Amino acid sequence: MYEHDVIVVGAGGAGLRAAIAAHEEGADVAIVSKLHPVRSHTGAAEGGINAALREGDSWEDHAYDTMKGSDYLADAPAAETLCKDSPKETIKLEHWGMAFSRDDDGRVSQRPFGGLSFPRTTYAGAETGHQLLHTMYEQLVKRGIKVYDEWHVTRLAVSDEEKPEDRNCHGIVAYDVQTGQVEGFRARNGVILATGGLGQVYDHTTNAVANTGDGVAMAYRAGAPMEDMEFIQFHPTTLPSTGVLITEGVRGEGGILYNENGERFMFEYGYANNLGELASRDVVSRAELTEVNEGRGIEDEYVHLDMRHLGEERIIDRLENIIHLSEDFEGVNPLDAPMPVKPGQHYAMGGIETDENGETCISGLYAAGECACASVHGGNRLGGNALPELIVFGKRAGHHAAGKDMEAAKITTGKEGEYELGEVDSPVELGEAGIGEDAVADGGTAADAGASVSGADLVQRAVEDERETIDTLLEREDGIQQAEIRERVQKSMTRNVNVFREESALKDALRDIREARELYQDVFVADKSRTFNTDLLQTLETRNILDIAEAITLGALARNEFRGAHWRKEYQERRDEEWLKHTMLSWNDGRPELWYKPVILEGEDKTYEPKVRSY
Amino acid sequence: MSTQVPEAVEEESATETASAGKQKRDAKKRERAERVQEQREAEAAEKARSADDTFHLKVFRYDPEVPEKQEPRFDDFHVPYKQGMTVLDALMWARDHYDSSLTFRHSCRQAICGSDALFVNGSQRLGCKTQLSDLSEPIRVEPLPHADVVKDLVVDMEHFYDQMESVEPYFQTNSLPDGELDEQRQTRENREKVKMSTRCIWCSACMSSCNIAAGDNEYLGPAAINKAYRFAMDEREGEDMKQRRLEILEQEHGVWRCQTQFSCTEVCPKDIPLTEHIQELKREAIKNNLKFW
Repeated sequence: MYEHDVIVVGAGGAGLRAAIAAHEEGADVAIVSKLHPVRSHTGAAEGGINAALREGDSWEDHAYDTMKGSDYLADAPAAETLCKDSPKETIKLEHWGMAFSRDDDGRVSQRPFGGLSFPRTTYAGAETGHQLLHTMYEQLVKRGIKVYDEWHVTRLAVSDEEKPEDRNCHGIVAYDVQTGQVEGFRARNGVILATGGLGQVYDHTTNAVANTGDGVAMAYRAGAPMEDMEFIQFHPTTLPSTGVLITEGVRGEGGILYNENGERFMFEYGYANNLGELASRDVVSRAELTEVNEGRGIEDEYVHLDMRHLGEERIIDRLENIIHLSEDFEGVNPLDAPMPVKPGQHYAMGGIETDENGETCISGLYAAGECACASVHGGNRLGGNALPELIVFGKRAGHHAAGKDMEAAKITTGKEGEYELGEVDSPVELGEAGIGEDAVADGGTAADAGASVSGADLVQRAVEDERETIDTLLEREDGIQQAEIRERVQKSMTRNVNVFREESALKDALRDIREARELYQDVFVADKSRTFNTDLLQTLETRNILDIAEAITLGALARNEFRGAHWRKEYQERRDEEWLKHTMLSWNDGRPELWYKPVILEGEDKTYEPKVRSY
Repeated sequence: MSTQVPEAVEEESATETASAGKQKRDAKKRERAERVQEQREAEAAEKARSADDTFHLKVFRYDPEVPEKQEPRFDDFHVPYKQGMTVLDALMWARDHYDSSLTFRHSCRQAICGSDALFVNGSQRLGCKTQLSDLSEPIRVEPLPHADVVKDLVVDMEHFYDQMESVEPYFQTNSLPDGELDEQRQTRENREKVKMSTRCIWCSACMSSCNIAAGDNEYLGPAAINKAYRFAMDEREGEDMKQRRLEILEQEHGVWRCQTQFSCTEVCPKDIPLTEHIQELKREAIKNNLKFW
């Protein structure tokens, strides 16, 4: 068994920042990640980092934009924390040598982005995430922080008190991909989940193959609630054939969207009469699909994004990476022709419920970055707000886990504050298939049978559970393989739980997920080797995809309103009197339990009164 | 077509102790799962047969643990072609439809994570960025040369990482501004100067292509030297640091080993002018040494 003060799971922006922060506080910290840090999907972020750095801008304006962008489902203490901390964290990156684009006076460049009242998106060409990730990994190397790379974390070692709020997280269990060994990692102070996105729940996504929502699913099964899972961001400009992202920076710099008739539809059809292409992402994605659905799409599938009028010099200076992406992955040179684009899954606004210090309701368990939900983004994330989230909340979680004195959080977690129970009309049974029948189905808390056992014993018990699960998967000689199960879920989610949602389709998705869960009972791993067994790795990931797909769909079915990225055919209005609350799902003996907690709109100095959201 | 290792001997499943009713249910479920699996395999075979166009890949296979794969071999896969399909897409299709033990690293699918550098038809390329239609068949896909093979197309990257980390690959300066909101200034020209060097994605295609690195295990290699270049040329670090960086680069296994064969530059998927960067550092080193004459 390995042992450290703080264990960080995942090595993208949030994980690296958390590890550096814990190290700054003197903790013995290690990162465990299924990818080498520089392979993390933070590297694919393009647009930039929102930070109120300049005269005429303020963190208050940034917070206002964020709350409005969230469609009033973000919690003000979290959003304000993001906006207040972002400037110094962004400049910290500059001090670490990050290669930001520069203005003539030598200061870091900023540009306009969707839904922002000031051009505050700080960028490095159209490769800001790559520069951020590598800069932060450099700082990790400088500090000699230990990384266990290509170790896939499979479960948390959490005690099994009845209420999640009474539980403690003592460590993790991980599978060494290279050798096949399963080992425990005891965390003396805390575990920080920073596992990133969950886009692989869909089949058209900007997310990496590795983004299977492992941390969210793991924390959920250990008792930490998932929050606002129905809020999935579909980015309006992804390449149709692959889902590769074309940054919002293209529109920020002046790129224009056209339909098949060459009409600038954002204005001509009144989707956003003020901001046009720079309305927030949910608005633009719906506009594009409406164009396609009404017969004005190109090849009935996509629209055109044109940036030729910006001129070659400006494009190369600020958006060069886009030329390469469009050429390599769509065969279109955007200097000569408009790029085909359509909406694609991009980001999960929801995730593991945390407060503004990254703490979950389970003692010693933290989450930061995309896998977490504080909530900063509420119903819709603004472009340029994901990267500051990584550095701001990664740092805070790292500090807190390392024992630094911090101001008490204003956000409550678990059922500690006000809450109400919810109900949803599902056509099928929900949750685990075949509870208690099968080791493969297990994966939650490590039972301590009511006895008080030491943290190390608890981790060891979780290791043994995991070994049993893996042995079972490897011993089976026939059944079904994960690729089929995964593909079914991904296709159903893209078909039924996309930008436009309606009750019957959501129920179809729940049926498909149920069937997939049942098939998963007979999943087997054909590759019997212990060496670099990606068949096994993917089989373990697919389990996470199942739990998350169900949660997204369930949340979408429960929320009878239209807010942010969540559009419902039957309910075309935002219903503030009923729905200024977060959708919460807890894993209760293998079944999802639905409940709600109120959103916090009271900020430090003001209350963010919900207004009609127009751009 | 499938290249699976022959089925192992059937083992008793773990349901022995379960009740008869449960056994029956389980058996039924298992049957259904098997039916779905068989259907999938049949569909895949049909797709490959009926596709207008298929691509023939010959893929290197090796697994130290599996008797049939201990002796390296090539397996043939015929993958139905869709416009825009890349080598990585084809490998994923083959894995998901023919042989789930086919092993390779990949993640972002868009040439930024640097996981899938492979040896394709005799040169180092990123699988995700290489169109099948640009290659002649059969397409040979092998692991990167000059690295130990872990399994199939996966190589051991430790040596590459060690070299990258040996050049103090992090920003260092003695003159940071005092305020936590004060930026260091950098001219647009200087940012432009280091821009290409910062694009490295650590895929190790360059290292694998380099004859010198193949013969001298201690040679820093093009990627690590480029990483040092990125800092040495950054005006924010200052002259003191540049001295220190040149000293590191001038060591026995540093820049002077490069024989300007340009193989690294040719294979770099991010078009970094690696050889030029190495040459420029050689010139800087000479200038630097002359200063002390």
